[in-house]
Amino acid sequence: MLNLLWLIPLTPFAGFLLNGLFGKRAGKGFVTAVAILASLAAALLGTAAVLQYHGAYPNGARHVDLVYNWFSSGGIGADIAFQLDPLSVIMLMVVTWVGFLIHVYSVGYMHEEEGYWRYFAYLNLFLAAMLILILGSSYLFMFVGWEGVGLCSYLLIGFYYTTDYAPAAGKKAFVVNRIGDFGFLVAMFLMFAYLGTVDFAGVQQRAAAGGVDASILTAICLLMFLGACGKSAQLPLYVWLPDAMAGPTPVSALIHAATMVTAGVYMIARSNVLYRLAPNAMMVVAIVGGLTALFAATIGLRQWDIKKVLAYSTVSQLGFMFIGVGVGAFSAGVFHLVTHAFFKACLFLGSGSVIHAMSGEQDIRNMGGLRDKIPQTFRTFAIATYAISGLPLAAGFFSKDEVLASAWATPYFPAVGKLVWLLGTLAAFCTAFYMYRLLYLTFYGKFRGTHEQEHHLHESPATMTGPLWILAILSAIGGLLSLPEGIWHGPSLASWLAPIVPEVEGAHHIIEIPMAQELTVAVISTIVAVLGWWVARSLYKEKQLASDAMLEQRAPGLARAIENKWYVDEFYAATVVRPLAGLSRFFWRGVDAVIDGIAAMLGFIVRGIGDLLRFFQTGNVRNYALMFFLGVVVFIAFFV
Amino acid sequence: MIPTHYFLVLSAILFTIGVLGVLTRKNGITIFMSIELMVNAVNLTFLAYARQFHQTHGLIFVFFIMAIAAAEAAVGLAIFISLFHHRDTIDVDEANLMHW
Repeated sequence: MLNLLWLIPLTPFAGFLLNGLFGKRAGKGFVTAVAILASLAAALLGTAAVLQYHGAYPNGARHVDLVYNWFSSGGIGADIAFQLDPLSVIMLMVVTWVGFLIHVYSVGYMHEEEGYWRYFAYLNLFLAAMLILILGSSYLFMFVGWEGVGLCSYLLIGFYYTTDYAPAAGKKAFVVNRIGDFGFLVAMFLMFAYLGTVDFAGVQQRAAAGGVDASILTAICLLMFLGACGKSAQLPLYVWLPDAMAGPTPVSALIHAATMVTAGVYMIARSNVLYRLAPNAMMVVAIVGGLTALFAATIGLRQWDIKKVLAYSTVSQLGFMFIGVGVGAFSAGVFHLVTHAFFKACLFLGSGSVIHAMSGEQDIRNMGGLRDKIPQTFRTFAIATYAISGLPLAAGFFSKDEVLASAWATPYFPAVGKLVWLLGTLAAFCTAFYMYRLLYLTFYGKFRGTHEQEHHLHESPATMTGPLWILAILSAIGGLLSLPEGIWHGPSLASWLAPIVPEVEGAHHIIEIPMAQELTVAVISTIVAVLGWWVARSLYKEKQLASDAMLEQRAPGLARAIENKWYVDEFYAATVVRPLAGLSRFFWRGVDAVIDGIAAMLGFIVRGIGDLLRFFQTGNVRNYALMFFLGVVVFIAFFV
Repeated sequence: MIPTHYFLVLSAILFTIGVLGVLTRKNGITIFMSIELMVNAVNLTFLAYARQFHQTHGLIFVFFIMAIAAAEAAVGLAIFISLFHHRDTIDVDEANLMHW
């Protein structure tokens, strides 16, 4: 299996081809079978490969499966090659199995939709691209997957293409991501220029060997981080992700919460050697992560669309992951990535189940009291809410704590680390608050929707609740993957990931967190999370919407600013979009008109001359002969 | 010996007859014959000068011109046969499809 790694992305790709080409005519049964089997096959093949890898490389070395030499020209080249190492293994397991669960869920969720075949074809294509992204063995091949998932994201956001907002949201995602991709591309050019390779191991070796200017490494790291900001929705490029909720809900769960948006975190963890050699770039990553975590969390405090709350929550949680990788705790960042994949996928699928039950309603002002109507959804949603809020012993508690404790203890930039910790802790408070606000407004109190909606309320089918339960259980116990050093000394996610963070001269190694600090941070986080939960409970459990109305009366300006997402979209529209549109219009109406005019005039002149000359084309042979004769006479007269 | 300019005058006369023939006749074969007349007028000029300067360049040229005239005759006659096939005439005024 280890030499057949290419089969793993190929199976979902085959599913994409089958469904894309024949799905429309073949019917729903065929589409379902192909899509589910393709994703299941990828998951099983992946698991088999991981087991074999674990047997063959007990010390966590890198396994490379070269398929063929992509190009090689002068000193530079790149291979089509797949690799497995501890980091790829984690990503592979999360992507394939969460992906499979969401495929199953989608069968229930999408069963009445038009374009069922189109949906599953795109979903399989996404899986294939995502697998290339995490299994590729060089930055360039990873970029292929990187662009592939971007394409699928665009296609799936705009899935409801007859609406106004969905295609616009897809376009926005695509354009914003382009800014990030530009950074990624330039980073690769710099690698080619100064390191001579884009292979992961090669880049690591040559950077660690020294001889490359630190400013170059910083530039490479910052440019890669620009790419990560686009793909993983960080400040200032996060604006596309909330709009991406226009796509079907399982897509939001798979692409815009669990897998694709974590690609930036994966990239930085993958490039940890470069980042550790460029601590300034790491500081930027950590600060941006901290700011994003807090900023997005504040917007989440006052959103009405159930999916929008979750979207801002995702942006905020991605900020936590970037804090983790930014302060040098790469395994902590990846750990949060994994737990987040569990509970956020569960929350999104739960919100999908709610929307399904509510006949398409997404506004929590029209929900309420769903606890008894859809009990399975409620229970799973509550478990995942508990986990994401960082309340004790669930998955989010351990991963968020490890991130925050690492920020506190980071040796790279101790003062800034404390500041980032503060930002993260404030964000954690907001997280607990807005998640419980969402839970209480949706599931408690009285039903606020229409009679018709109340009449149609129903629990979702087993294909939907099954994945919900699996993910809920994983969010409950996912923390066991990586318990803190002080409690547990056996194998854990952190020890598994240790080989990907090699010793490098002139750079710090794994962060040592003293037990006392770890405990202090854990206690503070717990207090903060409980406080957030308690405030939300006292405000929303009984009083429901009245609390939001109260806030609006007390501080109307603030309430409106948050509700309008701090006017960031408006700010971008005024500073970037509209000037650009104006410039384009100037080029179109002004410059292009002149260029076009010149071209049109040339054409007009040529046509006029042709109109005159065609009278000489009489078709009479003797006329031609006469002209020929006259020509010769003139010629001779001229020269002789 | 006959002076060279006698040859040249004869050649000029032949050439002018040829030109007038090409310009005034409608019959393709006649035009063709007129062209041959012009070609041979040129040949005569070559030979006259070759004789005067005792050089063989002119003679060689004449050989080539005769060979090319023969080839040209073959192609030209083939064209006229083909024209006659399609139009039942070799009047060049009738072959005027290519006008505007």
